[in-house]
Amino acid sequence: MTRPSIRRVVRLLGAVAVALPLTLAIGHKAMAQSVLRVIPHADLKNIDPIWTTAYITRNHAYLVMDTLFAMDANLQPQPQMVDTWTVSDDKKTWTFVLRDGLKWHDGAPVTSQDCIASLKRWGARDGMGQQLMSVVDGFEAPDAKTIVMKLKEPYGLVLESIGKISSNVPFMMPKRLADTDPFKQIPEVIGSGPFKFSAKDWVPGSKVVYVKNEDYVPRKEPPSAAAGGKIAKVDRVEWHYIPDPSTAMNALINGEVDYYETPPPDLVPVLRAAPGVVVEILDPLGSQGMLRMNHLHPPFDNQKIRQAVLKTIDQEEYMRAAIGNPEFYRTCLSYYACGSPLETLAGTELTSDPSIEAAKKMLTEAGYDGTPVVILQMTDIPITNAASLVTAQRLRNAGFKVELQAMDWATVTSRRAVKEPPAKGGWNIFHTWWIGGDISNPVVHTGIGAGGDKAWFGWPKDDKLEQLRRDFARATDPAKQKELADAVQTRAIEIVTHGNFGTWFNPVAYRDNVSGLIKSPVQFFWNVEVKR
Amino acid sequence: MVLGAALLVLMTAMAAFAPWLFTTDPIQLNPIERLRPPGAEQWFGTDMFGRDIYSRTVYGARISLAVGLAAAVLSVAIGLAIGLLAGYVRLLDAILMRVMDGLMAIPGILLAIALISLSGASLGTVIIAITIPEIPRVVRLVRAIVLTIREEPYVEAAIAAGTRLPLILLRHVLPNTIAPLIVQATYVCGSAMLTEAILSFLGAGTPPEIPSWGNIMSEGRTYFQISPWIIFFPGVALALTVLGVNVLGDGLRDTLDPRIARKM
Amino acid sequence: MEQADGRGAMLRFIAHRLLATIPVVGVVALFVFLLLHLSPGDPATVIAGDYASPADVQRIRATLGLDDPLPIQFGNWVGRLLQGDLGISIFSNLPVSRLIGQRLEPTLLLALVTITLSVAVAVPLGVLAAWKSGTWIDRAVMIFAVVGFSVPVFVLGYILIFVFSLEFKWLPVQGYRSPADGLWPFLRHIILPAITLSAIYIALIARITRASVLEVLEEDYVRTARAKGQSEGKVLMFHALRNAAVPIVTVIGIGVALLIGGVVVTESVYNIPGLGRLVVDAILKRDYPIIQGLIMMFSMVYILVNLVIDILYTMLDPRIRY
Repeated sequence: MTRPSIRRVVRLLGAVAVALPLTLAIGHKAMAQSVLRVIPHADLKNIDPIWTTAYITRNHAYLVMDTLFAMDANLQPQPQMVDTWTVSDDKKTWTFVLRDGLKWHDGAPVTSQDCIASLKRWGARDGMGQQLMSVVDGFEAPDAKTIVMKLKEPYGLVLESIGKISSNVPFMMPKRLADTDPFKQIPEVIGSGPFKFSAKDWVPGSKVVYVKNEDYVPRKEPPSAAAGGKIAKVDRVEWHYIPDPSTAMNALINGEVDYYETPPPDLVPVLRAAPGVVVEILDPLGSQGMLRMNHLHPPFDNQKIRQAVLKTIDQEEYMRAAIGNPEFYRTCLSYYACGSPLETLAGTELTSDPSIEAAKKMLTEAGYDGTPVVILQMTDIPITNAASLVTAQRLRNAGFKVELQAMDWATVTSRRAVKEPPAKGGWNIFHTWWIGGDISNPVVHTGIGAGGDKAWFGWPKDDKLEQLRRDFARATDPAKQKELADAVQTRAIEIVTHGNFGTWFNPVAYRDNVSGLIKSPVQFFWNVEVKR
Repeated sequence: MVLGAALLVLMTAMAAFAPWLFTTDPIQLNPIERLRPPGAEQWFGTDMFGRDIYSRTVYGARISLAVGLAAAVLSVAIGLAIGLLAGYVRLLDAILMRVMDGLMAIPGILLAIALISLSGASLGTVIIAITIPEIPRVVRLVRAIVLTIREEPYVEAAIAAGTRLPLILLRHVLPNTIAPLIVQATYVCGSAMLTEAILSFLGAGTPPEIPSWGNIMSEGRTYFQISPWIIFFPGVALALTVLGVNVLGDGLRDTLDPRIARKM
Repeated sequence: MEQADGRGAMLRFIAHRLLATIPVVGVVALFVFLLLHLSPGDPATVIAGDYASPADVQRIRATLGLDDPLPIQFGNWVGRLLQGDLGISIFSNLPVSRLIGQRLEPTLLLALVTITLSVAVAVPLGVLAAWKSGTWIDRAVMIFAVVGFSVPVFVLGYILIFVFSLEFKWLPVQGYRSPADGLWPFLRHIILPAITLSAIYIALIARITRASVLEVLEEDYVRTARAKGQSEGKVLMFHALRNAAVPIVTVIGIGVALLIGGVVVTESVYNIPGLGRLVVDAILKRDYPIIQGLIMMFSMVYILVNLVIDILYTMLDPRIRY
């Protein structure tokens, strides 16, 4: 009962060990096609770009879906799926005609009914979309290629809204998918974009695969940011998510991948030194950091104390700590993306000369009584982690009592929604950022709203600011729009909706046999070729 | 064993006398001085925020040692209590051992991460999260000893003579548990320090405001190719300390009870 | 007659042990469930995204069933578990069993290679140390073992990558290749992670092997075998190892828990798309169904492995009876 049994057991284990790999293997034959292997900035956790604002889902949707209008490199909306459009003289009726040959990935033709359903679904979730839908009287579809949108009053941001470049982007999907409840995820990924999503190859947390859509009909113009012709020049795009930055960098250097979306700026010298690797900044507008205060509870229910905090914000300090290399950041006081048409210095007298001493004085004058400031420190995102540390140190030096609470992104998103006082699970400060495309005007800029309860987390309340924003949306004359935008920024700084702690530009890194990358606030993979 | 004790004493001294060892404020940010290699001014270099690694490593000893010692003491104390109960009270034995088995079945790291997500990251919760998975093993150890001792003739004689339970525990059972428990405590200490490092590495450890060897290394992981000193110095410190504790444990085991030495 | 009796007893023993595992599994299930549902951090707010109002979040909670009373949620979950339904991931909307299936192979193979490597290296080392007990070889092996036990897994990982992938460029930096795509790429990619992971295991097994072999070397029957004239090597091999097998196997069983912990870190450093990373990601994002499903699975594996080991005990050493 002893030795024979051991032998039997060993043999059994041996057989299992050999059979296991063969039976469990997920076969994956190497194909003689052109493949672009990408390391994305995050893991694709879900596939519905209307259900979530996550940038990674937006990037995914850009590959497989298309939009009616799209932003070009000058941030002007250009027709994409739309061929021609007209506006009635009273500016209340907009008529759009779709291009020929547009088809969904399952072969059905794209119809105006599909597009109307998609717009409605987007309008239910997106801030700018909600604003648009509030002035929409109704939609009509006189024929399969024509969409008619009737407004209650003239609205100056129609094309900017439906050509919005970043989350949530009004992507088009078949009516049967667009009819899904906006608070539930769509069950499958069917779009009309230049690539198709390969559902069977998706390994959440690790790999996503896109295959060229042979039936896509690109526009004739050259690509310009999100607009123009979207020609897929590779047969496959593979996303390989590698969470550890060192590992990701080495994978690129060794040629195991072709493109690395967000290398940490500190690793750029190593990348540049590696043969065959190119480092470049593709996003002209960059990202802007936001320091958000909670207007509901002390001490930041006091405007003068909020202004004291603004006085401590030294963008150079923040950027040095968070980004390091001056090549990848700039200080820019505008609340609208630096490099965008509405960039302005209006109202920035308060923020242009940061000084701890002055802040200390302002604090005493405002009657600060020592109430502790609770900062939610988001530790898993390097930028916000660094910003939290800098804010804590500077506020302490200015005389505030500070309590740093470390937590991950998931917890921050729960905590920041809490309107209770900090002692009961609320908060006083958290940090976040927006890409330039998301803050280019007073309406798309969620952080600059002051609708009180309806505003973004922090809940600033100011009727004058809200009126100015509404006026901006209604204004159709560009000069008037600029004037109103300046007024909005001035007022926003005065009541301190938030603080701007700097602008940075994420470089991308890729192998030198990759060409055709488009300069844009969002990374696209059409037009990209890989020479093997 | 002497080596082990020596290392441990060295680390403890470093932790205790930290402010007097030429250190600067370990959490002071200094972005201008970021990522400096080890040199005359900053002996171990600086990290990505300009903080001095030498100071952080020295102060970090406090946290890592605190975690290790607290986990060791707590797990032994709680394990002892539960083990005694299980060994003596038949009724509770079955239930307690099932619960302990269940706890042991859940991988320690995962249990710790989940516990920390449950109550938020703070030094206290980290210690508790690391201690809990270590308890079942101590309970088993104590229970086994209690069960064997119970059968001993002199214990049966004591019961027959009418000695009360607590006295029996105190006089006969406890002394037999001390040696193995001390040995177990040293292993728990070493294991706890390593677990703390792994938890920080995964992003679920001690809050980053307080430097611990684990979270210094975790923060330095992106930079390991350009500034390896961020990981190197705390890593060596941790390895030396855990090494010291383990060697100490081995030595204690060999001297205190050669019988168990064979079993380990 | 005796054979039948023996087998009957064996079967009864196995059945008894299997039954004993049920309450343990129940305890684990309860723990896991309570742990998650009492924690702060709500998947609904994460899902709802930046623009969501409290009303939106509430709707999502209702859709996910997060508002039902806890006992009902627990009941539902257990009911589905028993039918083999591990639920649907909150974030990716895919069945948990499919997610697990996709990532099972890398973790399983990594574990198998690690255990094989560890045993292959540690047992001879332990035997060597025991044989040359007291000499510098013994010391060296033991020091090596203790060091393996003291260095954090990820530090070792980074050192190995630095030396073998970056400096010498012999091995790839990261990633996983399935053996279905070729045995050689598979081995090239798995060797560094396996070495990293096996450090602790080797330390443990070497020590136990040494201690057991030492103990056995002094047993009566070994002396008898020596007296009979069998060579030193044979003596060690046949008798000492056979009896050392029990504690070695025990350590392997206990080590499974350690292995899972190490797997999590190793997969993270080497970017292996396995279960370790899946579970850590799920915990950090509060994707309840994945967390519950995976912890249950890991625990079941641990319980199963130890059950198998208990059975192996009785086969390896007829003196042990429960």
